[in-house]
Amino acid sequence: MTDWPRRRRAVLRDAVGVGVATGAYGLSFGAIGVAGGLTVAQTCATSVLMFTGASQFALVGVLAAGGGTVSAAVTAVLLGARNALYGLRLSSLLQVTGLRKAVGAQLVIDESTAMCVAHEDDPSARRLAFWATGLAVFVLWNLATLAGALAGTALGDPQALGLDAAVPAAFLALLWPRLAQRAARLVAVGAAAVALALTPVAPVGVPVMAAAAVAVLAGVRWRDALLPGPGAAS
Amino acid sequence: MIWVAIAVTALGCYAFKWFGLSVPESVLDRPWVRATAVALPVALLAALTAVQTFAVGSSLTIDARVAGVAAAVVALLLRAPFLVVVGVAALSAAGLRALGVA
Repeated sequence: MTDWPRRRRAVLRDAVGVGVATGAYGLSFGAIGVAGGLTVAQTCATSVLMFTGASQFALVGVLAAGGGTVSAAVTAVLLGARNALYGLRLSSLLQVTGLRKAVGAQLVIDESTAMCVAHEDDPSARRLAFWATGLAVFVLWNLATLAGALAGTALGDPQALGLDAAVPAAFLALLWPRLAQRAARLVAVGAAAVALALTPVAPVGVPVMAAAAVAVLAGVRWRDALLPGPGAAS
Repeated sequence: MIWVAIAVTALGCYAFKWFGLSVPESVLDRPWVRATAVALPVALLAALTAVQTFAVGSSLTIDARVAGVAAAVVALLLRAPFLVVVGVAALSAAGLRALGVA
């Protein structure tokens, strides 16, 4: 193992790199947020307060499609449920209590978990990886959201710009890396079919929530096919 | 109402994060719970993709969004980064509309 200053630099460099990469998501979230009818302040508040990308896209997407507050919130919170498993994985690696835990909890996301777990054999590096990645993503995600929201406001008519096609494309891009296993692909097809079948008969927003039932069913029946190997973060 | 939705959702999302850091590992360490947590984002993101591609309110239609999402699939197959995927989808849909095709 190399010396600590060098490992520390490597961890910090990776953290900033991940932060810059997620900034691209933040940019599109900002533009889609204002296109979906949120104000710039509301779009930015979403990134600061929720700070979990897929849930934010879901909240805005369901609201913009005319879904009610309840179905938008339920869908977004269910999408955030995976963060509880990340927290579970992180609690023994980070050993945080009190204020550090309260702040750290907000930083529990895909990226900070993956970076922390990647250094799990090294107690100093894994803590640094979590905090540095979480903070880098937090800062750049929120700056990018603001930039995207301001740009979206300046752009004008969302339909003429194709922003209504950007929303499903964003969901698909978030879904894509999760489709490695066959069982996951079956869950995706089943959930999409359930949601489309219910669209004509259920209130807007409800079909997506109903698709969550497919996940529970699959979790109970195909649990071995769905579970990734040890150490996987997402 | 949007502020209420943001506040409630933010609280819910934070609660899940904090809960994970707080409970003993045994509570959530059941295979079906873990498998469901893996399947949940897959199911919800797939449902959101489908609905946002084909639904207008409570009816299903085929319009420029389908072309945009098809272009996004091509971009994903070519391993394009997120911003490119989203941009390609928007440009394709906007282009078709500008041409009056969809």
